[in-house]
Amino acid sequence: MKRLRQLFPGRQLVVGIPFVWLLLFFLLPFAIVLKISFSEAAVAIPPYTEIFTYVDQQLKILANLNNYVFLGQDALYLSAYLGSLKIATVGTLLCLLIGYPMAYAIARASKEMQTVCLLLIMMPTWTAILIRVYAWMGILGNNGLLNGLLQGLGLIDEPLRILNTDLAVYIGVVYAYLPFMVLPLYANLVKHDPSLLEAAADLGAHPLASFWRITVPLSRNGIVAGCMLVFIPVVGEFVIPELLGGPETLMIGKVLWQEFFNNRDWPVAAALAVVMLAILLVPIILLNRNQARELEGRL
Amino acid sequence: MRRPSFSGFMLWAGLLFIYLPMVILVVYSFNDSRLVTVWGGWSVRWYAGLLDNRQLLGALGRSLQIALCTAVAAVALGTLAAFVLTRIPRFRGRSLFGGLVTAPLVMPEVITGLSLLLLFVAMAQVVGWPAERGLTTIWIAHTTFCTSYVAVIVSARLRELDLSIEEAAMDLGARPWKVFLLITMPMIAPSLGAGGMLSFALSLDDLVLASFVSGPGATTLPMEIFSAVRLGVKPDINAVASLILLAVSLFTFLAWFFMRRSEARRRRALQQIHEDEQRQPAGR
Repeated sequence: MKRLRQLFPGRQLVVGIPFVWLLLFFLLPFAIVLKISFSEAAVAIPPYTEIFTYVDQQLKILANLNNYVFLGQDALYLSAYLGSLKIATVGTLLCLLIGYPMAYAIARASKEMQTVCLLLIMMPTWTAILIRVYAWMGILGNNGLLNGLLQGLGLIDEPLRILNTDLAVYIGVVYAYLPFMVLPLYANLVKHDPSLLEAAADLGAHPLASFWRITVPLSRNGIVAGCMLVFIPVVGEFVIPELLGGPETLMIGKVLWQEFFNNRDWPVAAALAVVMLAILLVPIILLNRNQARELEGRL
Repeated sequence: MRRPSFSGFMLWAGLLFIYLPMVILVVYSFNDSRLVTVWGGWSVRWYAGLLDNRQLLGALGRSLQIALCTAVAAVALGTLAAFVLTRIPRFRGRSLFGGLVTAPLVMPEVITGLSLLLLFVAMAQVVGWPAERGLTTIWIAHTTFCTSYVAVIVSARLRELDLSIEEAAMDLGARPWKVFLLITMPMIAPSLGAGGMLSFALSLDDLVLASFVSGPGATTLPMEIFSAVRLGVKPDINAVASLILLAVSLFTFLAWFFMRRSEARRRRALQQIHEDEQRQPAGR
């Protein structure tokens, strides 16, 4: 390892290229978002005012906090943040409740079954989310397949209103993000030593008790990783609430989109993004730490 | 073999939940009826109709072009990033670098999209580039986000590799670039292929980033589909969606297949070495 390091003349270049790319196209943009969140909307191209001006050897900084005050005052934004957090929390818990048994079953299956199941779980995460959400529109609609089936069976007389409600959003969230819960849980559960459970059983523990007191605590890292992998993107989700949710489904990703594309108020959209990022900072750090620990554990 | 368990039941129910909607979508794309929920017999007329839809075909062409360029660039950048993460243990800003590589994986797309657009606008003001947003800006956005996926896949593979092979080549006097190209590259090639295909699929699929950073006339396929889907379910969109589903599944399956085959080959090679060693214990 040491030798590799010393003998590397192009090291700066190897580190530099990806580093500069990420700094330029990932980190720098956040600084600009922050800057623009302090400017004012204007009828111009681009539609915001400059906050740094340099006139007569005077550098003037005109930071206006109005956007943030505006976010605080308008109940719409507050309820959109709360709505996003609610849907992300409930969606994450649903994914955990459904995903944990699935991951457990895969981890207990034979080696061959494991690879097949993993492929089946992984494949949708790589496939068009837009299309998978769209598939639900045809199923959940008022004259969709689900209502048709239920009416055909005579279980209901009136079609159930599912599409364009929060219920549909939850279905979409679980559907789209379940694999992100199952994969890290599986990666954790498959490493467990079955002899621990055997020992517990030999000592007379009920299987449920040993599951709760051995398996669950040991899989803590997997649970944290899975929950964060679901929670963080769902908070900012746009496609699912837009296509499956109704007018009463307020989520911050959707509001930001409307603010940007429909109202063309870039500074307010930027302020919305800054606040969203501030909310997500703790979960993101939690996930990063968790992954670092997982990596170190493997090395 | 075993009594049916709760977790086994959940696994099958979960898989059914994941795949049933897609199967239904594909089946209904062959529905002859104009009413999407009424079955009117089998037909391929929606597929045939797609060939006349110039707007859709144009968007498809642009999407494929972006996806191809993204795959190439993301593999190059992602491999470099993975190499840095696994082979260069200490340099200034390493933890920042690690964070930058993994953060795009979870960052909500609306934030990344908005911030990249604002960057492009600011750059256009300051350096005069990009004068017009379009395919290039979408390509940059996709490359940034796919680089992280490639880096994760490739670094997992690099971490497994036996460092002594690379060190042996160095001891024999090979230059680092030569070691990388002749020794390391062939060993990580399958994960490069997998990363490239994943990037292709992700780029082909992205709606949010593309909507933010694209410009007039640069509508991609997901943007085209989205604007149609907003108004409700339509039979021709069913057909497009089924085709995309098919194409992307094929790609992901191939990616998986390559990874798996190389895994099997590696295991066989290791076994071979093991057997050879046992046959001639003192022969080395």
